[in-house]
Amino acid sequence: MSNLQAIAARMGDRRWIWSFLGAFGVWLATILFTEGKGAGDVLTAALSFSTFTVIVGIGQMFVITTGPGNVDLSIPSTIALAGGVAMKIMGGSDGLIIVGLAASIGSGLAVGAFNYGLIRVLQIPPIIATLSSSFLVMSCAISYGRGLQVKPPSSFADFTTAQIAGLPILSICAVLFAILMAIILERTIYGRSTLAIGQNMRAAWLAGVKVERTRCITYMMSGAFAGLCGALLAGFSGGNALNMGEEYLLASIAVVVIGGTSVAGGRANVPGIWGAALFLYLLVTMLNIFGVSAGVRLVLTGLIIIGMITMAGGEKTGR
Amino acid sequence: MIAVMTANLSDPRWLRRLLPAASLAIVLIAIFAINQRAASYFGLSLMLQYAVPIALATIAQMFILTVNDLDLSIGAFVGLAACIAGTWLATEPAFCILLLVLCIAAYAAIGALIQLRNLPSIVVTLGMSFVWLGLAVILMPTPGGIVPDWLKALMSWKPPLIPFPILATLIIALVAHLLLMESSIGAVLRGAGGNPRAVDQAGWSLLKIRMSMYALAGFFSVLSGLALVGLTTSPDAHIADRYTLLSIAGVILGGGEFVGGRVSPVGAVIGAVTLTLTGSFLIFMRISPDWQIGAQGGILIAVLALRALIKLKEAR
Repeated sequence: MSNLQAIAARMGDRRWIWSFLGAFGVWLATILFTEGKGAGDVLTAALSFSTFTVIVGIGQMFVITTGPGNVDLSIPSTIALAGGVAMKIMGGSDGLIIVGLAASIGSGLAVGAFNYGLIRVLQIPPIIATLSSSFLVMSCAISYGRGLQVKPPSSFADFTTAQIAGLPILSICAVLFAILMAIILERTIYGRSTLAIGQNMRAAWLAGVKVERTRCITYMMSGAFAGLCGALLAGFSGGNALNMGEEYLLASIAVVVIGGTSVAGGRANVPGIWGAALFLYLLVTMLNIFGVSAGVRLVLTGLIIIGMITMAGGEKTGR
Repeated sequence: MIAVMTANLSDPRWLRRLLPAASLAIVLIAIFAINQRAASYFGLSLMLQYAVPIALATIAQMFILTVNDLDLSIGAFVGLAACIAGTWLATEPAFCILLLVLCIAAYAAIGALIQLRNLPSIVVTLGMSFVWLGLAVILMPTPGGIVPDWLKALMSWKPPLIPFPILATLIIALVAHLLLMESSIGAVLRGAGGNPRAVDQAGWSLLKIRMSMYALAGFFSVLSGLALVGLTTSPDAHIADRYTLLSIAGVILGGGEFVGGRVSPVGAVIGAVTLTLTGSFLIFMRISPDWQIGAQGGILIAVLALRALIKLKEAR
């Protein structure tokens, strides 16, 4: 029996491999269709665009890992706000890039702290708290940016789009970032506390885990990553836009689930987020190259995500 | 008499029940205070036009919340229903109704999938929102369509004395209330949210319950789509995008507890009406429409804060 359980546990730990296999399969189908043309370009683009999904996905992963009902729905509006803050503060001048980045991360931290405050003080489910705050944050973003697009400083734009031999520099940074976060998850007190809370909050509390502090850090971290993502995304796409965070609501949750993190909490997986982000981007690219219309692409994306989740999920949440 | 009333009012349970109605009253009084002309048959009809589709979508969301799930695809689904109605309802009504029934069946199937595979509803419905939006975009890439005259006539009907939106929202609240709060099956459905194990052990099928709730949500969303088509001349795929968040906010504002099957259909409709009015309120206050969603979020947080205070009082 214990043997079986050990095998099951190991299988569970390796579920993330499926996301990479899926990404590889979709890429293969794409280049077979184009007869090898643009195989490298597709990969470069996939790495570039996945970077943003990975950054917010890791924040979302920590939130989801703290247990059922924990999810951050304010990521899209935080991206919009932070993108606006970063671009406006940088104001196109290279000297203010660091200040702008810090301000965008700071605004994300503030949103995260506000989210946690709502959850704690009002004793409401995180979904409702982050949803309510996303309304406020979006209004702040609309009012602050006045709907105007501000261009990034040229060296910031160059940095976000630079490549070495087809490898986007930003993606290399994001891989290092993912490794760092994996170490934080597995090797630090904070990371272990997050996992413990997700498995059983009361037991973790009784065991002396600082539950509330850990949850607070988690929500603030998710906000900070969304803020960072907003600034980088604005630099990458040549300016901020209010709707630029929209797609990251589904994407951030989907990469977490497809990547092998348990939706019931208590089990997280960082590499799977990269695999799932690549898979999602390559899937859309494949459908585009196959020449399907926007509507069909949306339908297929939705169905494939649900299919992946149905295969990945389906575990019993009981003891 | 006064003693009885004060006794009732100091009871936290009563306070909580009165909270949705009180927030609506405050918004209404504020609007009337700024602009007296709003307090007329015409003013109310105009301000509350969109209360009907929003209330229907909110009731749909309420059914999902009753079984502790959350539907992030309602806006896209209402949009699809509106596009289907805008394409075929005037020319081929039978085919159109068949399609809408199929959509409702698809909703029940989603409920079954979530129950059978024990999936998180927010992920599945988020995925479905892409499917609904995609179908709507395929059907209607650009705004257009034909709206049947009878539907337009119904939505702009001017009954004597009571403006149509008020009459319609009252009927919606009453129907949902009778269905969920007064019937014996309603008690079982709510019980599935409060204590699924107990309901399961009592011999009810949780699968059938979840499927019924999703089917009911699909039905009310379709009605919301129809109401929306009746109000606009040219539906499009994105017509109801905001309804997903509005419907959740409406249920919560109306006293829904999010866990444990504690919902209130009458409260949900009141919540939906309150959210509809915030737009007019901001215009009368000369506040930029930029802050409309912010104001809706603010009202939501304020009401949740009041509820937290009442809970504190209850605990004492």
